[in-house]
Amino acid sequence: MKLVKNAKSIALALALGLSAVPAWAADQRLLNSSYDISRELFASYNEHFAAVWKEKTGKNVEVRQSHGGSSRQAQAIIEGLRADVVTFNQVTDVDILHERGRLLPEDWREQLPNASSPYYSTMAYLVRKGNPKGIQNWDDLARAEVSSVFPNPKTSGNGRYTYLAAYGYAQKAFAGDEAQIDEFVKTFLSRVAVFDTGGRGATTTFVERGIGDVLITFESEVNNIIAEYPDQGFEVVVPKVSFLAEFPVAVVERHAQRNGNLDLARAYLEELYSEEAQRLLAGFSYRVHNEVVQAEFAEQFPELELLTIEEIAGSWSNAMEVHFGNNGKLDQLQRR
Amino acid sequence: MRTQSHLRIGDQPWVKWSLITLALTLVFLLLLVPLIAIFVQAFSGGVSSYWQNLTDRYTLHAIGLTLFVAALTVPINLVFGVFLAWLVTRFEFPGRKLLITLIDIPFAVSPVVAGLLYLLLYGANGWIGSRLMDQDVQLMFAWPGILMVTVFVTCPFVARELIPLMQQQGREEEEAGVTLGASGWQLFRRVTLPNIQWALLYGVVLTNARAVGEFGAVSVVSGNIRGETNTLPLHVELLYQDYNTVGAFTSASLLAGIALLTLFVKSFVEWRQARQRAALSEDEA
Repeated sequence: MKLVKNAKSIALALALGLSAVPAWAADQRLLNSSYDISRELFASYNEHFAAVWKEKTGKNVEVRQSHGGSSRQAQAIIEGLRADVVTFNQVTDVDILHERGRLLPEDWREQLPNASSPYYSTMAYLVRKGNPKGIQNWDDLARAEVSSVFPNPKTSGNGRYTYLAAYGYAQKAFAGDEAQIDEFVKTFLSRVAVFDTGGRGATTTFVERGIGDVLITFESEVNNIIAEYPDQGFEVVVPKVSFLAEFPVAVVERHAQRNGNLDLARAYLEELYSEEAQRLLAGFSYRVHNEVVQAEFAEQFPELELLTIEEIAGSWSNAMEVHFGNNGKLDQLQRR
Repeated sequence: MRTQSHLRIGDQPWVKWSLITLALTLVFLLLLVPLIAIFVQAFSGGVSSYWQNLTDRYTLHAIGLTLFVAALTVPINLVFGVFLAWLVTRFEFPGRKLLITLIDIPFAVSPVVAGLLYLLLYGANGWIGSRLMDQDVQLMFAWPGILMVTVFVTCPFVARELIPLMQQQGREEEEAGVTLGASGWQLFRRVTLPNIQWALLYGVVLTNARAVGEFGAVSVVSGNIRGETNTLPLHVELLYQDYNTVGAFTSASLLAGIALLTLFVKSFVEWRQARQRAALSEDEA
C-alpha cells in the first residue's frame, strides 16, 4: 500500500530529524547573541569559560551562540529572542535594547570596565601585493590614482567606522577648518570604487572581482581575509590615525533574569577581562586593554592614534543624526 | 508542398540555429555553470575537507533540523492540501471561488514579509506573542516558529496540483462508490486516492523541495542560534559570512543535491501523470 509506505518513510525521517537534535548534558545554558564574524572567537572563548565556570562552581555550562548583523540581532532580541548576553560590534545596537525594550539599564556602559568594551579594534587597510600604490595613511586614499573599497556607511557599521575615521583624520589634519575637512572627505568618498552593503560583500568585490587598490575594514578582520586567500599576497597597512572601534558587551538583564542566568551571564562577561581571555582575544587580532598581553602582542599591533566617537562627533546619537541621517553630512558630501 | 513564401519567422535555418544557440548558451551560463561551480567550490579543499565540513557538529544539526521541519511540513500540507482540493472540487458553496484565490496568498506574498507577519503576531511584542510569553511559550526563534512559516510558504503546492486534476476527473466515480455503500474512508482510499496519487506525489515533491530550501521567511523567525535554530540554507549564509567558503559550498552542495533529486523524481512523476492522462482520455474516447 502506497500510503502505508509513505507513512513509514515519514516516520523514519522524523526519527532521523529528532535524533539529530541533540540533548545536551549541561547543567546551565547561556545564550550569547553576537555579530556575524565572531563565530570562531566565541567558540574558543566559550570553551575557556566553560572550564573556568566548572572549576568555580562545579557546573557544566553550555554557551549557545546566535550570529548575525548586530542591528538585526538587537531587533530579534526586542522581538523575543531570549539572549542572556550580547557581544556586539556597535554601541548603538546595545542602546536600542534599552530604548525600545527596556531590557537593560540605561547606564549599561558603566557596568563593566573600559566602557563595557573588553576588546577593541580599528580600521586598517588591506592592500595588494607589494603595496604598489604606496598607501600609508588617509591622505593617500584621496589621491586621484587610488581607488578604495569599503561597505556603504548607510547600511553597514563597518562603513560608518571607515567614514568616521577619514573624517576624524581630516579634523586633525586641517585643524578643524570645516570647509577643508568637507572637501577632503568629499574627495575621499569620490575615490570609492564600489559601495557594497556589508563587509563580506566589500571583501568579495576587492578579492574576487579584483576591484580597487585598498580594502578598508576592521584590523581584526584583515587577518581573516589574508588567511582565507593566502596565495594573493595581500598586505596589511595600519594608518597613523584611525577610529577606535569598540566591541560593547552587556547582560540583557530582563532576559537573563527570566532565564535564571543573571549570575552566570555577569560572570561570562567579566571573564572576558581576565588575562587569559585577553590573550585569547589578541590571538584573534583584537586589541585588548590588559597590559601584560599588550606587551606580548606589541609587534602585531602597531601603535597609532585612536580617535573616539566623542572626539569626532560628540556622541553616537549625534553622529547618527548629523552624519548618517537623511540629508546629513554623508549625503551632502556624496553628491558629486 | 512547402514553398519559400509559406515560411514563417523562425523557419529560416540561421534564425532557428541562432535562437537555439542563444537558448543553450543562456541555460549553460545561468543554470549549469553555477550548479557545477557549487560542487567545484565544495571540493576545492579536497574530499577530506569536504567530509570534515560535512560532519561538523553544527552542519549535522542543520541537516537534522531541516529534515525534521520538512518531515513535519509535508504531512501537514498533504492533509491540508487534499482536504482543501476535495472541498473546492466536490462541493458548491458560497465563497468557493474566493477560497481558490486565497490558496495562492503564500505565492503572492514575499517570504520575508510572511516571516515578518508571523514575527509581529507571535513575537514578544505581538498581539498573540505577548500572551504566549506570559505562559512561557516560545514560538518565534525556536523550531515551532520555523515550522509555522515553512508550512505557510509551502501550503499551496499540494492543493494547486490536485484541484485541476480533480476538476477534470469529476465526481462520477465517487458518486458511484457512494451508491455502492462505500464509507468515507473507503471512498477516499479506493476511489479518490488512486486517481490522484501521482498529482499528490508531485505536490509532495514540490512541497518538500521548498520546505528544505526556504530561506527568507525562516531567516526572519530563526534567531540564528547555531546548533538550535539554524537550518541548512541559513547555515550556508552563516558560513559564507564567516569566511568559510568551502564549508558554505559544502552545505550548498547538499541543497543542490536535494534539488537534483527533486528534479529527477519530478520528471518521473510527470511521466507517470502523462501516462495516466493518456489512459484517461482513451477511456473517454
